[in-house]
Amino acid sequence: MTALNELTLAAALKGLANKDFSSRELTQAHLDAMAGAEALNAYLIATTDQALAMADASDERRKNAETGPLEGIPLGIKDLFCTKGVRTTAGSKILGDFTPSYESTVSSNLWHDGAVMLGKLNMDEFAMGSSNENSAFGPVVNPWRAKGGDQKLVPGGSSGGSAAAVAAGLCLGATATDTGGSIRQPASFTGTVGIKPTYGRCSRWGIVAFASSLDQAGPITRTVEDAAIMLRSMSGHDPKDSTSLKADVPDFTAACTRSLKGLRIGIPKEYRVEGMPAEIEKIWANGMDWLRAEGCEIIDVSLPHTKYALPAYYIIAPAEASSNLARYDGMRYGVRVEGADLTETYEKTRGQGFGEEVRRRIMMGAYVLSAGFYDAYYIRAQKVRARIAEDFKNAFSQCDALLTPTAPSAAFGINARLNDPVQMYLNDIFTVTANLAGLPGISVPAALDNTGLPLGLQVIGKALDEETCFAVGGALERAADFNAKPSKWW
Amino acid sequence: MFTAERVADKSDWITTETGDWEIIIGLEIHAQVASKAKLFSGAATKYGAEPNTQVSLVDAAMPGMLPVLNEYCVEQAVRTGMGMKAKINAFSRFDRKNYFYPDLPQGYQISQLYHPIVGEGEMQVELDDGDSIIVGIERLHLEQDAGKSIHDLDPNATYVDLNRCGVALMEIVSKPDMRSAREAAAYVRKLRSLVRYLGTCDGDMEKGNLRADVNVSVRRPGGELGTRCEIKNLNSMRFIQQAIEYEARRQIQILEGGGEIDQETRLYNTDTGETRTMRSKEDAHDYRYFPDPDLLPVKLSEDWLARIKADLPELPDEKKARYVKDFGLSEYDASVLVSDREKAAYYEEVAKGNDKKLAANWLLNEVFGKLNKENVDINDCPVSAAANCAIVAMIAKDVISGKIAKQVFEICWTEGGDPEAIVEERGLKQVTDTGAIEAMIDEIIAANPGQAAKVKDKPKTLGWFVGQVMQASQGKANPQAVNKILREKLLD
Repeated sequence: MTALNELTLAAALKGLANKDFSSRELTQAHLDAMAGAEALNAYLIATTDQALAMADASDERRKNAETGPLEGIPLGIKDLFCTKGVRTTAGSKILGDFTPSYESTVSSNLWHDGAVMLGKLNMDEFAMGSSNENSAFGPVVNPWRAKGGDQKLVPGGSSGGSAAAVAAGLCLGATATDTGGSIRQPASFTGTVGIKPTYGRCSRWGIVAFASSLDQAGPITRTVEDAAIMLRSMSGHDPKDSTSLKADVPDFTAACTRSLKGLRIGIPKEYRVEGMPAEIEKIWANGMDWLRAEGCEIIDVSLPHTKYALPAYYIIAPAEASSNLARYDGMRYGVRVEGADLTETYEKTRGQGFGEEVRRRIMMGAYVLSAGFYDAYYIRAQKVRARIAEDFKNAFSQCDALLTPTAPSAAFGINARLNDPVQMYLNDIFTVTANLAGLPGISVPAALDNTGLPLGLQVIGKALDEETCFAVGGALERAADFNAKPSKWW
Repeated sequence: MFTAERVADKSDWITTETGDWEIIIGLEIHAQVASKAKLFSGAATKYGAEPNTQVSLVDAAMPGMLPVLNEYCVEQAVRTGMGMKAKINAFSRFDRKNYFYPDLPQGYQISQLYHPIVGEGEMQVELDDGDSIIVGIERLHLEQDAGKSIHDLDPNATYVDLNRCGVALMEIVSKPDMRSAREAAAYVRKLRSLVRYLGTCDGDMEKGNLRADVNVSVRRPGGELGTRCEIKNLNSMRFIQQAIEYEARRQIQILEGGGEIDQETRLYNTDTGETRTMRSKEDAHDYRYFPDPDLLPVKLSEDWLARIKADLPELPDEKKARYVKDFGLSEYDASVLVSDREKAAYYEEVAKGNDKKLAANWLLNEVFGKLNKENVDINDCPVSAAANCAIVAMIAKDVISGKIAKQVFEICWTEGGDPEAIVEERGLKQVTDTGAIEAMIDEIIAANPGQAAKVKDKPKTLGWFVGQVMQASQGKANPQAVNKILREKLLD
């Protein structure tokens, strides 16, 4: 029998329903796995007592036949989500021991549906990063290693803790957030499934903001079906978030096995970037073949403004961040470093409270918004953003979904790219466009590269058409028959 | 419309040894929206609550909190814009104004820089001397108020009260169309009257829900515009006027001394009556404005706007026009009556079923005179509008004379009671019975034959007889009847 922490979320739901095991047993198995996985540094806090209490309450509800769609399922929560009574850090020192008096809408939706919280997951500080090396609490280590090697690899970021925990069997699924690729890129690096839904699908209320117009929550899981189950619970209109969409939440799970016959899949030619590893080219081509076999028509499309996406993203996201992070001033909560006067207190608090990458982005953001530069940078970036959205609209007049690689490489070594921020930013090259256009994108593991590391393919769908993402993602998953697991070294 | 061409009334010029100067004034009024909840949170806005008791998670800028626009405030801004006959922008948007201060928890104020909800308009402003000027409105936008920093509780610490933080303000920016402190005061009065008519702001300057930033510059009458200074946060009509006067003279002194005016932000010291530098142009913040990504643009449909417009109350200008046209009141009387909503409502109740002019005269001369003398607000007038209505009706029907009416009003003021009952009980009814008046007259003529004989030669002396009759009747004889009968008897 599969260990309880290695089940899929869907299988665990069945097991619970069949009374093969209780939520308490399932939860305990995960807590045990977590206790043995400190080397991964995936969890910042294990909420052990709360997890067991929630599991017991779930078992009680099941006894009374009051079961929710996630009844008894133990999940990890990215530490960007505010959790009532549980310290929330956003991966930063500046929040100190900040303990919210409120629960984010997304996590409270999960608890409402019966899920159990295992703990808070490590992440890049304020979700800024592509390797999880920007956490104030130390990097997360990818459970995957190259064949025969023992070099520690990054799990991707910013949701590196979420991806690593899911890959290593430290939860059945995890919440994550994606501003420029922070769900999909770590999913690709860890052989997991991650979906960033349409902007506005999940409420941002109670999620520490990075870049408001781009931030979107989504799940990381081990299968496409698990992602569908979890996303359904996370989604829904929230009057407390003005940008939340008033749209019905469909049965995403049903979409996972939907026929693809007659679907047109676009291949954006601009995503064939120079210097892309041949292996990525190859799995991309494999993906096309698999979808052809399912009855899809593969067509070439053009997204002509793609090359401007990354620069535009690195103007808009830091601009919003520079303002969103102004509230961390040491006045009301979190860390405060006293100075001789108010200005010095601000400088010391923020200078010492924020890490290097966060400081860099705040500086960039303040710069692009400042008088004299606003038009040249921010306004132009917004124009680019509008063009990119238009590109997608045009492409979607010819096809139903787009197929691309998720990331330009497999997981790389810890410290390997730390001193080259631009190289680090390039990780987001295939993912930022969906954030800029507000579109759903799913990353599905497609193969291992020749060093034995997972690589993902991305499916980008039309706004509010996560169902097609799940349908295509499900087909890719079945065709790839990806069932590799990292061999336990931790 | 910027009317820089308009030169101040000569009486408003400042004349010094070097010649004449005129003052150019523009105002930014911050009017607190009369809303029970804040602009982007559900927290209460009640005045005078214990510090930090009306603060939501959003107001305190807790991590992950998001603003949600209070639509009621949007409606009040639109109504105010319509009241100012200004352009309502069907598309508007909120921007963030970024700066650090402990009473600004978010580190930015949500305001509207690029796309305000209300655009240009104009207001007719009546001056004390009966003239009026047109003041152009540049824009009205919605924004959040900041909290309050309290520096004087502790020598080593500043305390912050966030109750006010997030309260909705309408910033109403005028064009530089005022030329004197009195014009600026008249503009503020008119604006205050307008928002109170609309119920969009309480207009209570003492509670700080109407505050003004004043831009002042000076120039030779009709000459080149000078450099302006902005005086921040004036919260009384008196301070607005004093600050303008002081600032204009300060600038003139500098210019006459060969100096230049630095464009700067200044503060008015209410104790010394002087203004001092708060920050110079060089220290001006770079607010790094950009559209707030947490909020959607505000889009107003034509239907919605039409509905709001149809529901507007009658505003002072229209009311005044109606009083002049339908009631036959003079422009001046009408503008006094409409100057605030309570006065106009009081007047309309007094005028109900009565001669409108008579009611207006009664109110303006007797009632308002008494209120002014006793320094009583119209809302606290001890004599109700209904009682005044009855008094005016009795004057009109010759039940009492104007003189008796004043007596009745005094009784109502000091003792209270129903005017009709007072007249009845105290026998104050006018004598209109010509027989009784004639008898009185006959008696007086008989007692003063010499005087009676003189009347034909000196008709003016008829007045003496009128006085005698009124005295004999204790003021109750109808003066018209007395006159008529006396004329018949002594002149014909």
